[in-house]
Amino acid sequence: MTDNIIKLTAAEIARRIAAGDLTAVEVTEAHLARIEAVDEKVHAFLHVDREGALAQARAVDEKRARGEKLGPLAGVPLALKDIFTTVGMPTTVGSKILEGWIPPYDATLVKNLKAADVVILGKTNMDEFAMGSSTENSAYGPTGNPWDLTRIPGGSGGGSSAALAAYEAPLAIGTDTGGSIRQPAAVTGTVGVKPTYGGVSRYGMVAFSSSLDQGGPCARTVLDAALLHEAIAGHDPLDSTSIDAPVPPVVEAALSGSVGGMRVGVVKQFRGEGYQAGVVQRFDESVELLRSLGAEIVELDCPTFDLALSAYYLIAPSECSSNLARFDAMRYGLRVGDDGTRSAEDVTALTREAGFGDEVKRRIILGTYALSSGYYDAYYGSAQKVRTLITREFEKAFEEVDVIVSPTTPTTAFPIGERADDPMAMYLADLCTIPTNLAGNAAMSLPCGLAPEDGLPVGLQIIAPAMKDDRLYKVGAAVEAAFVEKWGHPLLEEAPSL
Amino acid sequence: MTVTELLSYEAALAEYDPVMGLEVHVELGTRTKMFCGCSTELGAEPNSQTCPTCLGMPGSLPVVNAIGVESAIKIGLALHCEIAEWCRFARKNYFYPDMPKNFQTSQYDEPIAFNGYLDVQLEDGEIFRVEIERAHMEEDTGKSLHVGGATGRIHGASHSLLDYNRAGIPLIEIVTKPIEGAGERAPEVAKAYVAELRELIRALGVSDARMDKGQMRCDVNLSLRPHGTKTFGTRSETKNVNSLRSVERAARFEIQRHAAVLTSGGTIVQETRHFHEDDGSTTSGRIKDNAEDYRYFPEPDLVPVAPAREWIEELRKGLPELPRVRRNRLREEWGVSELDMQSILNAGAVDAIVATIEAGADAASARKWWMGELARNANEQGVSLEELAITPADVARVSALVASGDLNDKLARQVIEGVLAGEGTPDAVVEKRGLKVVSDDGALGTAVDEAIAGNAAIADKIRGGKVAAVGALVGAVMKATRGQADAAKVKDLILEKLGVSEG
Repeated sequence: MTDNIIKLTAAEIARRIAAGDLTAVEVTEAHLARIEAVDEKVHAFLHVDREGALAQARAVDEKRARGEKLGPLAGVPLALKDIFTTVGMPTTVGSKILEGWIPPYDATLVKNLKAADVVILGKTNMDEFAMGSSTENSAYGPTGNPWDLTRIPGGSGGGSSAALAAYEAPLAIGTDTGGSIRQPAAVTGTVGVKPTYGGVSRYGMVAFSSSLDQGGPCARTVLDAALLHEAIAGHDPLDSTSIDAPVPPVVEAALSGSVGGMRVGVVKQFRGEGYQAGVVQRFDESVELLRSLGAEIVELDCPTFDLALSAYYLIAPSECSSNLARFDAMRYGLRVGDDGTRSAEDVTALTREAGFGDEVKRRIILGTYALSSGYYDAYYGSAQKVRTLITREFEKAFEEVDVIVSPTTPTTAFPIGERADDPMAMYLADLCTIPTNLAGNAAMSLPCGLAPEDGLPVGLQIIAPAMKDDRLYKVGAAVEAAFVEKWGHPLLEEAPSL
Repeated sequence: MTVTELLSYEAALAEYDPVMGLEVHVELGTRTKMFCGCSTELGAEPNSQTCPTCLGMPGSLPVVNAIGVESAIKIGLALHCEIAEWCRFARKNYFYPDMPKNFQTSQYDEPIAFNGYLDVQLEDGEIFRVEIERAHMEEDTGKSLHVGGATGRIHGASHSLLDYNRAGIPLIEIVTKPIEGAGERAPEVAKAYVAELRELIRALGVSDARMDKGQMRCDVNLSLRPHGTKTFGTRSETKNVNSLRSVERAARFEIQRHAAVLTSGGTIVQETRHFHEDDGSTTSGRIKDNAEDYRYFPEPDLVPVAPAREWIEELRKGLPELPRVRRNRLREEWGVSELDMQSILNAGAVDAIVATIEAGADAASARKWWMGELARNANEQGVSLEELAITPADVARVSALVASGDLNDKLARQVIEGVLAGEGTPDAVVEKRGLKVVSDDGALGTAVDEAIAGNAAIADKIRGGKVAAVGALVGAVMKATRGQADAAKVKDLILEKLGVSEG
């Protein structure tokens, strides 16, 4: 029974709870049992809120018993990336510097989840402050990829996608600054969506790079991602950058997948050196599939995309150097060396030394340098110009095509430790995802097969213009249906059992 | 502490030409903070007016206070500035424990208002134009209280307490262009500028601009250059000069100090200076060698501010009469001297007098009450005139009662005293205390007869032509009526009874 429940989609769980075939408590208990059974190996969670989750589940069952209207995801369990503030639950952002901090307020996204009667199981592991592509930068130890526990689950949201792939939760939340939702989805054979910048509130999401950060849905199916997308999106008066417009019709799009008559762009720059052969092969097959489904394929040349990684590694660290300045041991989180003899400045320095990991320190230093007087124009200033050029190149491309497709990440999951000491190699994992963050438009990753050479999942990225998030789901649902038909089952069924 | 060498003011000015730059921070009187919904009320329990945003908690975000923007635009318009069509906030990155995010959300190269001027009137009536560089929006920091040291400064303190109630209160920083050509009047210009700006801010209704409460704070930047030269000398920045008098004194002191350094062949260090209220001196603060790097960059958490032109024109139309213009108009209407007007201004009585006149009093009596009895009372209580428990309408009523002869001056003062003591309206006080001029001719006649009978010798003198002696009899009558008689009337009555006519 438990095994059946954990393999259900979110849509199916919600349907059965609404119909009275399952209770929310049963569903929650099944997932808590699964976490109990496998998370010691996977380490997707940093914190499991057993009591809180069961209380939420009971509330849903009671609500149903009273005959009250339930939300479309009522009683469905969810794994929340540990970057969102939660009343009553720790929020560490994968960092020692916030160890033990229990926020006094809920993020808007968390409030939206609660309002939708979603059951929050706990908080998932991540690269410290969302800086990384492997979850190895977590101060609390790495997460294993359920396809091969010796390999990385992607990052920064490796915990969330691993939880999905390990059937510890049917839904998860990620955040995507340079690919942190999509790349983990790709390497774990799950679905992840970075909504249009401003589509989902950032209020209560601990900032890494404010102009790039975007929370979004993670799931095992396109429809589940759409249902979650709809639950968390919308204008928030507490976030000035949140878009005051109706949420694109994502669920409707996911229910009516098709690519007939659509123009699909393939960007020349998203292939070549550094791309694994099996990844390119699965991508090319996906393009053929799209063509066979009635899409018109258009070749695109976007030369500024080659500059995206460099621009990103100036803008994101610059913003992070300012955003992370608040961690000074004065008001919350870790405090080291406060023995009554040291100055505030010394205590701050000792706390940061002990509380921040190497990658975080590296980026703070990079960003501080890029913003300093005399270097600002050459670094931060030039990077912003590149950003504008990339945005324009996307705009131009979207005059010709409805969506763009590419591999999500150049390789499949690499072994834990392989790139840990080589930041440049690590940064390359986000080569295809970063341009979208710079331009602020929407993108999805969904499984498109296993690479023949290593049998690991490959992700297909779909990119849509800003506020056209529904196109991702329309195309994604069509591709997903065609692949599942071709494979005879969802890709994840091929993962070894834990 | 070493005694600072000073050159005499005259000697300093004989040699050098002062150049000033004034930076004024005004705390806006908005109900809520600049980027969150917390109250801005002063005097609350420490840290009781805070939220995740003004405490800079992880995940929190700012939202711009629309009234803050409107106030900034009004100030910009009143200072004849251009208003930006599009501008952004910027982060000013530096570290201090009372600044929650360790960056201040401010504006950098895109201020909301720029290129303006303010005409200020000096004591002799001369108008001096102060050019405005910019006015921009930012947030205040929290407050540090350093405990255990002798001076209240961090040096020598055992620990510090932090209060974030002030963190996030909207500030407008108004920066002048270099003020040149004021010569020996530079300190006076500085003071007049800050005074004028304060009046302007109050007239706009955007802040109470109380310098004693820190709602308006001034930094005085000053440098000297030899007469006839163009290049500016090295400046000092005297921080947080918090009264009009101090602004003048700080400028004067710095002129004398700079001159002493320069004439002895020394060089001025670019530094901040602390001003000392007790002796009017300044002492060295932080060295500023331009190495300070705030790493400004556009605030990514806020969208640009792009005020619609129509809205700006609407605000422009709604601007009140500028204080200097209004002051000159009122001075003429009231028929008072520049000097008297200045003291009315200093007493903060202009609005009260205007309101009293509007309530029906004549200018002279309105001015007399507010600048006399009431100013004294406010002074004794240590409150402002508005804080007194009397309204302009009350004062107008008292003055009407005097005009109609129902009260004399002495009684009127008692009525005011009663109103201030909370005994009710002027009429209620008159009623309760039985304060009416005895104008009943019968009663008064008896009192006059008694006074004449009781002071026969004086009465004879008056009959004999020494009219001046009548004062003694008037005094006797006033005493007998316990002051409730109209002295002029008493005098007429006595003279009449004695068959003497004046002049």
